[in-house]
Amino acid sequence: MAEEEVKLFGTWASPFSRRIEVALKLKGVQYEYIEENLTNKSPALLNYNPVHKQIPVLVHNGKPVAESFVIMEYVDETWKHNPILPTDPYEKAMARFWAKYIDDKLWPAAKKVVMTKGEEQKGVIDEIQQQMKNLEGELKEKKFFGGESLGFLDIAANIIIWLVVAQEALGMDPILNEEKLPVLHGWLQRLLDDAVFKECVPPKQRHLDFSKVKFGSSIASK
Amino acid sequence: MADEIVLLSTWPSMFGMRVRVALAEKGLKYEYREEDLWNKSPLLLMMNPVHKKIPVLIHNGKPISESMIIVEYIDEVWNHKSPLLPTDPYQRAQARFWADYVDKKLYDIGKKIIWSTKGEEQETGKKEFIECLKLLEGELGDNPYFGGENFGFVDVSLVTFSGWFHTYESYGNLSIETECPKLVAWTKRCLEKESVSSSLADPHKIHDFASEVRKRLGIE
Repeated sequence: MAEEEVKLFGTWASPFSRRIEVALKLKGVQYEYIEENLTNKSPALLNYNPVHKQIPVLVHNGKPVAESFVIMEYVDETWKHNPILPTDPYEKAMARFWAKYIDDKLWPAAKKVVMTKGEEQKGVIDEIQQQMKNLEGELKEKKFFGGESLGFLDIAANIIIWLVVAQEALGMDPILNEEKLPVLHGWLQRLLDDAVFKECVPPKQRHLDFSKVKFGSSIASK
Repeated sequence: MADEIVLLSTWPSMFGMRVRVALAEKGLKYEYREEDLWNKSPLLLMMNPVHKKIPVLIHNGKPISESMIIVEYIDEVWNHKSPLLPTDPYQRAQARFWADYVDKKLYDIGKKIIWSTKGEEQETGKKEFIECLKLLEGELGDNPYFGGENFGFVDVSLVTFSGWFHTYESYGNLSIETECPKLVAWTKRCLEKESVSSSLADPHKIHDFASEVRKRLGIE
């Protein structure tokens, strides 16, 4: 049998390529990681993702797959052990729904909250709090969104860490605090404790420094 | 026990039409409920409290929202006929990628053509819209459908926009057939299918609808 060749194009600070790292590591898939410089994208990346010219891109035996959720589903279907999506079609639809919610709603709000101030920022904070409450409704009393072990939606929700770090870097009161959002707060601690997941987040200090530089000069910083 | 399927939608919505096409492809009987988006029903608000949007599919009392998520659900539950996604994981990934492309690009760009009040924004919208359609046309290639020999997932995601082509053309002063003849040929091919022709709303009625909304928004 031909050797599997798996490559992942990503950046160390992107939650989207980090998602793919989690999925591949959960499946025990060996892969070559290629760090991209987004201000100077490699010819390989532009060749593999000519439509969006973005990371992450997974290249499996020379064939590229782009868009993080598309890649995650591909990984799950190709390496079938340790499934990250549920088998039940309704549960699967729910996981996909909430993952889309995270990317369509929570991520834009998270980016906005560190770039605004005053009343506008307060409005976005309220929005994010509501979004997180909605996610708590989906999590309920489970250990992870995926149940006993982390799954598709837990991986998708990794962007919450990026929000937490950005807020910390800017000295903002964290939106995800134990008092207001105990269920999600508990989940986050479990996520960060997970042996596989914790290998797939940017090193904390480097991430804080990066966030400070990226958002610190914005009007939102204290 | 027979499946109970209810679809909450609005007749001009290209997103709702996608679900109708998928249900028709699978030969499923369902109850259709027309929503008034200016006066949403308690059922809609209960079944999609997060977004309060259509379409919503309610299967044996359990709601699913987001059109392509609904389509994939339908494909997985009723897998006895007319598969919309291929079986090969790489081909499935390509299908999901292109359906995602249609979702991310076409609707929002199309909005600039129909609902915009600024000439410059509309011009940009037109250019981007045609670029998107040309890219999709390139992806279709010489295949009869995006799904290859068979009508599939990407076909479902895009064909419902075709009912709106006349409206985009009218307000954008453009001809999609001139710009993308192969794509228009593909829409006609799809319309030969009963599942598509019975699910798409009449383009002239859609144009009248758009006109009404523009009046309501004060841009006509």
